[in-house]
Formats: sequence, structure tokens, C-alpha cells
Amino acid sequence: MDFASSERAGAQPKEITSAKIVVAGGFGVGKTTLVGAVSEIEPLTTEAVMTSASSGVDDASKVPGKETTTVAMDFGRITMADDLILYLFGTPGQTRFWFMWDELIRGAVGAAVLVDTRRISDAFAPLDYFENRHLPYLVALNCFDGAPRYEPEEVREALAIAPHVPLIMCDARHRDSVKAVLVGVVEHAMATLVEEQGRGFPATVG
Amino acid sequence: MGQPRQPHDPRGALVRPYAVTRGRTEPQRDIPIEAVLVASQANVQEARFAGHDKYRIALLCEPRAQSLAEIAAYHRLPLGVARVLVADMVADGLLALHSAAPRQGFAERMDLLERVLSGLRKL
Repeated sequence: MDFASSERAGAQPKEITSAKIVVAGGFGVGKTTLVGAVSEIEPLTTEAVMTSASSGVDDASKVPGKETTTVAMDFGRITMADDLILYLFGTPGQTRFWFMWDELIRGAVGAAVLVDTRRISDAFAPLDYFENRHLPYLVALNCFDGAPRYEPEEVREALAIAPHVPLIMCDARHRDSVKAVLVGVVEHAMATLVEEQGRGFPATVG
Repeated sequence: MGQPRQPHDPRGALVRPYAVTRGRTEPQRDIPIEAVLVASQANVQEARFAGHDKYRIALLCEPRAQSLAEIAAYHRLPLGVARVLVADMVADGLLALHSAAPRQGFAERMDLLERVLSGLRKL
């Protein structure tokens, strides 16, 4: 492959940097559809197994025969250059798996919270989560066919989304629309970083 | 159930998903889910003697860099199990671990964001 950025010569294998963007939202809101619209691979599923040895959330020792709980996350990949890969991770739908969200957002560039306007209350828990974390995020309204159309400001008010959080409309099935969401996440992350730098308190991600 | 459980390992029934790591659930080092791993052809040859799971991981990472998440997904290993195996392989020199996004330093973080933004716009 011939990439524009590969002019750095040398026999040493090039260091590859990977970045990730997290796509959050309630169950069935279209996270995997969004990831699939831009991923170069069919979205893959990775499973984390919570065992009695790794978590205090479920005390498995008290429940014979129920030693593990499996949490599934879908993700996709965009190889941007021979030394840069972007991964898109969908959060597990059920909000009781917060511990997995914490791992997913660690080191992330930013996040998009996907909202289905037919089930707006499903967005409360994901939004609560991001309000209390140090990670730049935006809200993307997934406009399904036949979904009630609201003005973005109506949704902002209904969900009590803070003024500094960008809110955009999208169609998770369409590549260009998803591209715009991801561009929005990165631009917001850049603006946040510049602002923190200006205040003199650049905080660690996650 | 193609593979019989190793009878000498009494922990097998309790932490079944971790049987391939002989029950170890703590990796030698923490590896982010998106960190990518690369195996050279020499690594693949060496990994032949490191057991079936590690050999398969080396084979996957030889033609193209793969994240920990991809290794787990393609080999149907729970994430925690893949992390233990991959951390062992990095420690044994069977895989090269590449860097996840910088988490500190304004210039480093801004540089990465700019590169990701330009990559997205080119899609």
C-alpha cells in the first residue's frame, strides 16, 4: 500500500498509533449500524466475561452454577494510514455494565451518544454517564424513517443537554452522515482540548 | 466439547473461560482494548512452540496489525483471556505492542486529533 504519510524512511518497523471513538446509546438505537456504515470490516463482536475473580459486581460465590456474565461490544476499524488506525467501539446496551464503559472510554478521543427520537428516555442513562466523565462527547439524533421529527433544540431541552455539548442530526445507515458525526466528535475534542489548555488544566482522558 | 478439561487443574470448573490461561486472570501488563499488535515472520516461527492459541494469535497479527479487540473477536476468546495471552506474548517477544493514543501532552494529543480528523475527511 502506498500512503502519502509514509515518507519516513528507515529499516525499523514504523510505530503504529491506534485511536478510538466510543459510540454510546441505549439498546437497539443503531450503534452497530452506525459503526458498520464507515468500518472497513464487518463490525466484530468482542465479549468480556465477568467472573467471580474479576468483579465485585456479581458475587458469583453465592450463586452456584452462575459463575459468569458475558458483555458483548461491537466494533469497527478504519485504517487511516500505515501508521494510524481508528477503532469505533459501541458500548454494551445495558447500562448495568458501567464497568465495561469505563474501560471503553479510557484513552478514547471522544464519544457520540446516539439517541432514537422514538425512545428518547433510553438516552437518559448514557447521558448521565458522560456528564460525569471527563471525555468530550456529542449527541447524535438518529433519524429513522417515520421517526417523529423534533427540532434539535426541543430534544436538547427534553434531555437537558448542556449548552456546550454539540447536538447533530444523523442517519446511522448512511456513510456520509456517520462521517459527519465522527468529524463532529473530533472537532469537539479539539475545541475542548484547546479550551483546557487555555485554562492551564489539560486533564488526562478518561 | 472437543477438548477434555485438564484433570490436574482443580480451578477449571470455577474459572472456565480462563482455562487457556491456566486460570490466570491478571495480565502481566495492562493492554488497552484498541492497542495494536504486530508479529514478524520470525515471531510466527517462534510462536509455533508456544501453544495453539498463541500460534494462532501470531498468525493473525503477521500480515496486518490487529488490536486486542480484533484478536479476541476473531479467535472467539473473551477479552480478558486474550489480554492475558497477548501480554504473555509481548513479554516473551512474540508480539510487538504498538501505542494507543497519547493521553497526556497538549501537542501530542492535538497532533493525533488532527490526523484522525484529516483521515475521516478523506473517507
